[in-house]
Amino acid sequence: MSTQLLIESLNTEALKNDIPKMDVGDTINVHCRIVEGDKERIQVFQGVLISWKGRGINEMIRVRRIVNDEGVERVFPLHSPRIAKFEVVRRADARRAKLYFLRDRVGRSRRLRDRRRAMEHVKGEMTVQQ
Amino acid sequence: MALKLLGTKLGMTRVFTDEGVSTPVTVIEVGPCVVTQIKTVAKDGYSAVQIGFDDVKPRRSTMPMIGHDGKAGTGPKRHHVEFRVDEKEAGEFELGQSLTVESFAKHAFVDVSGTSKGKGFQGTMKRHNFKGQPASHGVERKHRSPGSIGGHATNRGTGPKPKKGKRMAGHMGDERVTVRSLGVLRVDAERNLLLVKGSVPGANKSLVEIRTPTRLYKSKGDRQKEAMA
Repeated sequence: MSTQLLIESLNTEALKNDIPKMDVGDTINVHCRIVEGDKERIQVFQGVLISWKGRGINEMIRVRRIVNDEGVERVFPLHSPRIAKFEVVRRADARRAKLYFLRDRVGRSRRLRDRRRAMEHVKGEMTVQQ
Repeated sequence: MALKLLGTKLGMTRVFTDEGVSTPVTVIEVGPCVVTQIKTVAKDGYSAVQIGFDDVKPRRSTMPMIGHDGKAGTGPKRHHVEFRVDEKEAGEFELGQSLTVESFAKHAFVDVSGTSKGKGFQGTMKRHNFKGQPASHGVERKHRSPGSIGGHATNRGTGPKPKKGKRMAGHMGDERVTVRSLGVLRVDAERNLLLVKGSVPGANKSLVEIRTPTRLYKSKGDRQKEAMA
């Protein structure tokens, strides 16, 4: 076995396989486990998925939301055990892989069209709204 | 018990601990190593154990090497190292014994040595972390130079020659480096893998030595004892 495959095979058991189908442009909920002392609670971060990078255990997503008229972006390791689950709230059309241009948008123009050119691959996948 | 094994650095990845902390780890394929010689005070003047690692084709080896490793009942090995043991401990090793990564299963920490990546001829800024000179205020074409190297041949601050050992530009890297007290995160006996926390000197696929830790500071020493118990 090649070295690279061997290292990846070490990670496979840590990879999650319950991640829903989501794409850049979708509005998603990220349920984070927050540990305070010996208590654990779940905090939900809702925002637009604007970037997806990395492979395997290094997969990271960047989620952007607006809090008090201030843009907030958080980067989540997809396979971190601190993240309880992901949910898709709303699917939208994005024609590029990184939606950094949303940082310069103000007001209604922040919204992404939900008409999908190729929605076939997510047909039947339910979102939270539905 | 002192122990040293040879292995191959495979590469780095990350591991999420149970608390969800992302930890950088180096994957090392350790051994299996074979005890090829046991040195005794009576015969060699000191007590040590020699191990061999990595099979090599007999035609690529030499007759003396084949004979030496043959005494331990194995084919010739590519690499040999030895480590000192107490006379009392020497009895725990026997010729031809196979040492695997499992020997480190109970360790909380290990030391790892390797040959660092060669950087070629480097200036003082990269090699010794000198500051260099200012970017402006009249500095011309001297931004990365070391500055005065002085005349200190007498080691008292005066003299016609620079002081011995003055840090200057020169060859960097490709030297033996030891990182001590690396945490052991996982031992995979089936695949002879050892996962240690943090980085290890050298390029991927290079030879590394893994040994029982020396000079652990107090808190780590306590954890090591706890793990060994």
